[in-house]
Amino acid sequence: MSILLSNISKNFGQFAALHNVNLEIPEGELVALLGPSGCGKTTLLRIIAGLEAPDEGQVLLNGEDKTAEHVSHRGIGFVFQHYALFRHMTVFDNVAFGLRVKPKKERPSEAVIAKKVQSLLELVQLGWLADRFPDQLSGGQRQRIALARALAVEPNVLLLDEPFGALDASVRKDLRQWLRNLHQELHVTSIFVTHDQEEAMEVASQVVVLNQGQIEQQGAPAEIYDHPANAFVSKFIGQTNILNLEQNDMAWLVSAGISADNRHGAVAHIRPHNIDLEKASMSSDSPILLKDWQHLGATIRIELFNSQVKGGNSSLFAEMPNERFKQLNLNRGDKVVVNIKQAHWFN
Amino acid sequence: MHTLVDAHGQASRSALNDPKWVRVTLTSIAVGFIVLFLCAPLVLVLYQAFSKGLDAYIHALSDPDALAAVRLTLLVAVATVPLNTVFGIAAAWAITRFDFRGKSLLTTLIDLPFSVSPVISGLIFVLMFGAQGWFGEWLLAHDTKVIFATPGIILATIFITFPFVARELIPLMQEMGFEEEEAALSLGASGWKTFFLVTLPNIKWALLYGVLLCNARAMGEFGAVSVVSGHIRGLTNTLPLHIEVSYNEYDVIGAFASASILAGLAIVTLILKSFLEWKQGKG
Repeated sequence: MSILLSNISKNFGQFAALHNVNLEIPEGELVALLGPSGCGKTTLLRIIAGLEAPDEGQVLLNGEDKTAEHVSHRGIGFVFQHYALFRHMTVFDNVAFGLRVKPKKERPSEAVIAKKVQSLLELVQLGWLADRFPDQLSGGQRQRIALARALAVEPNVLLLDEPFGALDASVRKDLRQWLRNLHQELHVTSIFVTHDQEEAMEVASQVVVLNQGQIEQQGAPAEIYDHPANAFVSKFIGQTNILNLEQNDMAWLVSAGISADNRHGAVAHIRPHNIDLEKASMSSDSPILLKDWQHLGATIRIELFNSQVKGGNSSLFAEMPNERFKQLNLNRGDKVVVNIKQAHWFN
Repeated sequence: MHTLVDAHGQASRSALNDPKWVRVTLTSIAVGFIVLFLCAPLVLVLYQAFSKGLDAYIHALSDPDALAAVRLTLLVAVATVPLNTVFGIAAAWAITRFDFRGKSLLTTLIDLPFSVSPVISGLIFVLMFGAQGWFGEWLLAHDTKVIFATPGIILATIFITFPFVARELIPLMQEMGFEEEEAALSLGASGWKTFFLVTLPNIKWALLYGVLLCNARAMGEFGAVSVVSGHIRGLTNTLPLHIEVSYNEYDVIGAFASASILAGLAIVTLILKSFLEWKQGKG
């Protein structure tokens, strides 16, 4: 089901949680709502679900205005951050809940319900837990049961609030991949909220970046990473070096062969992997030294020091594959020449 | 906190293990108090009730006035407890689930009956519904009696006992949050189904606990009821009032036999209370 939000605004007292948000999500996408805490992403998700009513604007599902429709009639599945499993019911009863509360005419027989619940538990690979209670499950298992419960009513839209937020790092990694695969299997339009840019990039087919109640950018992960629309997105997604030309950082660019003439803004954002190095000859007058480096696994992070930059950003971080670093054969304190392959300019 | 669990599964903190004489003294004081002020009176009540034998005890209880008092007490409880259960759930729901002006005032007001002397609570109703009260003339014109009649007793008891259920539920519902209810709604459940299938099972032990305390107080209330009842034998005497009247008339057996019923109620309440606390603790 496609989702269209038009001019959504929401205030909590004096605080404007969302301001004039317009968003279109085509059918079948797996979308991440990404932003720092307090940016309004959870509020937006709850408005789509109908758990919260917008002060202004409309929510259209499949072209139909559902703004005034109660959450129980919207046909959405919602997975809560802390799972919200019914603690007094077994896993089986939790998953069966949505089917059992249907009006008598639409309610399937207990046999059909049992079959459906069992197949959903198989889908989330937890068929053997049907008789347990929620407090006997691990965090990752609860998460998957919550998902099975939401899927039981065959929602047109699946909404997940910080689905991996409360999990251990290792469980989180597995579940991300699992959610992505599940989405490819089911093709239900899904939106999840996260503050973790890595998670958004890894799982989602579309990323929506929110900040202070407004959408900063929407696009495929690669597009957002390679072509950030503004300084906020560039800073929020991935690592970046920020050079402010009004604060004496110009020396970096001059050293890297970018002159004052071909600048395109007041601030340059440079991704560490867009900075390449060469060893400078002993006689070179390059002001840049290799200060230190750290192993990050497959890549090396290098800290560069520029003696000509005064008062500004005297350190710059570059990243390169291990192989390349070995080839360069650099030591601490070596003079280097910097080559900036790509910069994003903002005002 | 560092606690060690000994072989009996009991947590012991070595820093808190005071010398033996301190422990013995403190424990004796506590036990002594309970024996002197709780157990001894209870035993005395039973001793006095049966001092002339079982026949006199049964005879005292089958006195028409005593039976009328028991009936009235049961009627008051039956009228009061369900009303205050509904009120308690509604108040707890409103306070924990909605934001509205005057919420903290409402929370404070719920406790009012605990902080006001019961005599005053009774007087309020006399002032409102008595012959000289605000609604006195209107009630007279419609030939309805509230004060010195059953409705007044029920009203006063409702007022006295309304905090019990709400006060049990509010902290629990605050702690529970409302994600489970939102989950039920998002799965298509109606408001009523959400309440009966999700909310109620989660609060049932606390609710029963509140109902139990409410009931014990409704049956045992003396002060407020005494003001509005008028002490009409066989008509407006509840059990506590009947006990007082009998005692003042030197009918020791009658007073203590009735008292033994209330004491029995207290013991049953205590046992059920411990059971509910144990149930609640288990989840």
